[in-house]
Amino acid sequence: MRSTSNTIRTRSTVKAAATVLAGALALSLTACGSDDDKSGGDETTGTKASGDALTLPKLDGTTLEVAAVWTGPEQANFKKVLAEFEKRTGAKVTFVPAQDPIINFLGSKIAGGQPPDVAMLPQPGAIKQAVDKKWAKPLGPEALKELQKNYSQGWQDIGKVGSEQYGVYYKAANKSLIWYNAKVFENAGASEPKTWDELLATAQTVYDSGVTPFSIPGADGWPLTDWFENVYLSQAGPEKYDQLARHEIKWTDPSVKEALTTLAQIWGKKDYVAGGADGALQTQFPNAVTQTFTGGDQPKAAMVYEGDFVQVNIAQTDAKVGTDAKVFPFPKVGDTAPVVSGGDAAVILKDSQGAQALATFLASPDAAEIQAKLGGYLSPNKNVDPAAYPNDVQRRIAEALVAAGDDFRFDMSDQAPQAFGGTPGKGEWKDLQDFLKNPTDVAGIQAKLESDAAAAYGN
Amino acid sequence: MASAGAAGAPGAPAPPRVRRSVTGTRRTVAALFLLPALVLLGALVVYPIGYSVVRSFYDQSGDGFAGLDNYKALFTDDGIRTALKNNVLWVVFAPTVATALGLIFAVLTERIRWGTAFKLVVFMPMAISMLAAGIIFRLVYDQDPDKGVANAVWVGVHDTFAQSSAFPKAHPGRQSPLEAAQGGAFLTREPVRAGDPVSLPLVGVPPDQMPGSAEKAAPAPAEPGKVTGTTWQDFTRGKGVGTLGAPDPSELGYAGMRIEAVKDGKVVASTTAAGDGTFTLPEAADGAQLRLPASNFKEAYNGLDWLGPSLVTPAIIGSYIWMWAGFAMVLIAAGLASVPRELLEAARVDGANEWQVFRRVTVPLLAPVLAVVTVTLMINVLKVFDLVFIIAPGSSQDDANVLALELYRKGFSEDQPGIASAIAVFLLLLVIPVMWFNVRRLRREVRR
Repeated sequence: MRSTSNTIRTRSTVKAAATVLAGALALSLTACGSDDDKSGGDETTGTKASGDALTLPKLDGTTLEVAAVWTGPEQANFKKVLAEFEKRTGAKVTFVPAQDPIINFLGSKIAGGQPPDVAMLPQPGAIKQAVDKKWAKPLGPEALKELQKNYSQGWQDIGKVGSEQYGVYYKAANKSLIWYNAKVFENAGASEPKTWDELLATAQTVYDSGVTPFSIPGADGWPLTDWFENVYLSQAGPEKYDQLARHEIKWTDPSVKEALTTLAQIWGKKDYVAGGADGALQTQFPNAVTQTFTGGDQPKAAMVYEGDFVQVNIAQTDAKVGTDAKVFPFPKVGDTAPVVSGGDAAVILKDSQGAQALATFLASPDAAEIQAKLGGYLSPNKNVDPAAYPNDVQRRIAEALVAAGDDFRFDMSDQAPQAFGGTPGKGEWKDLQDFLKNPTDVAGIQAKLESDAAAAYGN
Repeated sequence: MASAGAAGAPGAPAPPRVRRSVTGTRRTVAALFLLPALVLLGALVVYPIGYSVVRSFYDQSGDGFAGLDNYKALFTDDGIRTALKNNVLWVVFAPTVATALGLIFAVLTERIRWGTAFKLVVFMPMAISMLAAGIIFRLVYDQDPDKGVANAVWVGVHDTFAQSSAFPKAHPGRQSPLEAAQGGAFLTREPVRAGDPVSLPLVGVPPDQMPGSAEKAAPAPAEPGKVTGTTWQDFTRGKGVGTLGAPDPSELGYAGMRIEAVKDGKVVASTTAAGDGTFTLPEAADGAQLRLPASNFKEAYNGLDWLGPSLVTPAIIGSYIWMWAGFAMVLIAAGLASVPRELLEAARVDGANEWQVFRRVTVPLLAPVLAVVTVTLMINVLKVFDLVFIIAPGSSQDDANVLALELYRKGFSEDQPGIASAIAVFLLLLVIPVMWFNVRRLRREVRR
């Protein structure tokens, strides 16, 4: 299990989902109950939506293959969406389980002459790679129409290569959230912060009450890059963020220095980080979450930063999302609060009526609502009925994501070459781990980041 | 190894003229029978090796000839150099320590009645897969003494010799009359006066760590000619600080907190706080600053950083030895069984003591077996991957790196197949001399 979590950051959701499955088996199925509670009640939404304008062709006798890296409940839920597509069109859809990095998996499939019809690609960089290698096929007019109807410009644009639309972002992640132990906040008399300074004040209040404020999963590199991205996006602004993501400005830029210095206000305080830096560097993501929500009113830490998928790990504890485990958006460091997101896009690899119809279906609210009801899923589709989400927390996160409109930014390290932004013990992951260990050496880390980035981007 | 030994055999003397072997089959028939094995061997072993060698001379995409660039990277890339260095550590320590332990176990268990049971237990880890062993040791080396056995033992031993303090993490809250002094102590900003009660509020002690003797904090009465005061946790659950700088009803005193009065850097008086946090100092303390010495706040010892950068490789080697000492022991015990008893008896009759018998007779007689075990382990160690991959956390994977792991990382997560192939070829070159030694020795054995 550890290997998966380490190899690929965007797969943390999958991994977490897999863990929860294991946990559920071990601890009896009650652990998952909270997510599934309401799934039965909202049937009306689905039937109402199906009366909408979405028209799909009759595809009797067509067979389609969809490749994605999802496992466990995530895969099972997605298969229910595919089943609905089968019901509406008569086509037969097979789910092809893929491994990470999916682009390498597709490469071997294509070399073998058996590409799946549609693949779910997690990073914009992967879509571009697929287009460059002439694997991906552009969306047809129906899919395009459905996409434009339901998606904000920003979510359309990250699925584009050049001026051509290739990807439909079917699934999204909101990575600008801080989860906290509600009981600890209550005991300490702390409140949800809106700004970075308030976050520091809250941390001090929590610390005064005898609980360590933050749990940081430093053994995995990717949560550290996400921390940095939120601070940087909010502080330096979206333009600089885009430039840094494309490595048009250097990591030695003063804006990076400022962001790292800001980050050090938390990372640099031994008392603010559970286990100190050394302990944090050996804490893996699932443990970082569980140690925040176990231990009654004296947990190892009060807050843990990460995306909406933290819920999957909270489900492993006795804490209930919404009452014991609460969430607030990442506070603003600069003028506006950051919204960093991730996601998976459906890309057509074998152009056919069936593949186009499936892409159209995945771009529609009908498909998204089916999976939304099952929990553990966020859609960037703005026409998805918020009532479809199984609980208030998930609904709030989804609404924040849609409300961000075009102001969100896609996870920076996911846009970077794998060697820099996605390899355990290398590149940005390793450099930020070194920074967590030695938060005073800002300039040294910047130089290291820059040399690693230059090598990986090749410029 | 077995196939290599067998390969030496079919050099059967051919009768003259008629090209028939002893069994009367033609060469073509022989070739026909050999064909399946040759095809399999060629397709599964020879071809991949050959292709790796070829691939190692091409660049990342596989289109351009790169010459020796990939091999140059082998010796310039930091990651690969750490891997090389660690591989040397592994090859030197893991096989020798495992063999030495195996030898000791084998010799000792020969003497005791329950030897077989003991052997069984020591051999047991071999039944576990490397992956499972890795997961087990990941837990054993966990930093948290509540989870990791290694640290639990270490902290247990440490704490019997050095007690931790009662108030770790206590620190001054807002607008505190106390400020941090060197060494982790806290000092009052102003000198204290006799007859004027002092308050020394702190915050941050977790409620479950407060001493059992702590009672509700009480303000100290003023006593003429004496310095009195209270030290307490100025924090009410659910309300934050409550009344700042004065004890609230539910706040607890720091029972047993040590307080020193300091004048010109010298301690003039000292005392410890009562259950309700109150304390009294003699007149000598008048005009002195009060200090809460660092011994009050010493943090609980958290054990060793087993999986940190400096200890991670020895820690993983330790887990490897746990697995393979049993293997060494079983082989050596088998060798020991074939050692002629008379020789040992003769040595004893000649007046040798047990150590001399072991050192001068047993070990030399066992030398061939010891060599086989060490060399086999060496080959095994050169390819070690799973233990390192699983035990080392992401943050210290770089420090624990070995060649096989670096090969995987370069090939599959960094998409550098050229360099990965070069590492593979290099590993092959490292294994060949050891293999050759083993094959030669085996052949000699067969001839004997």
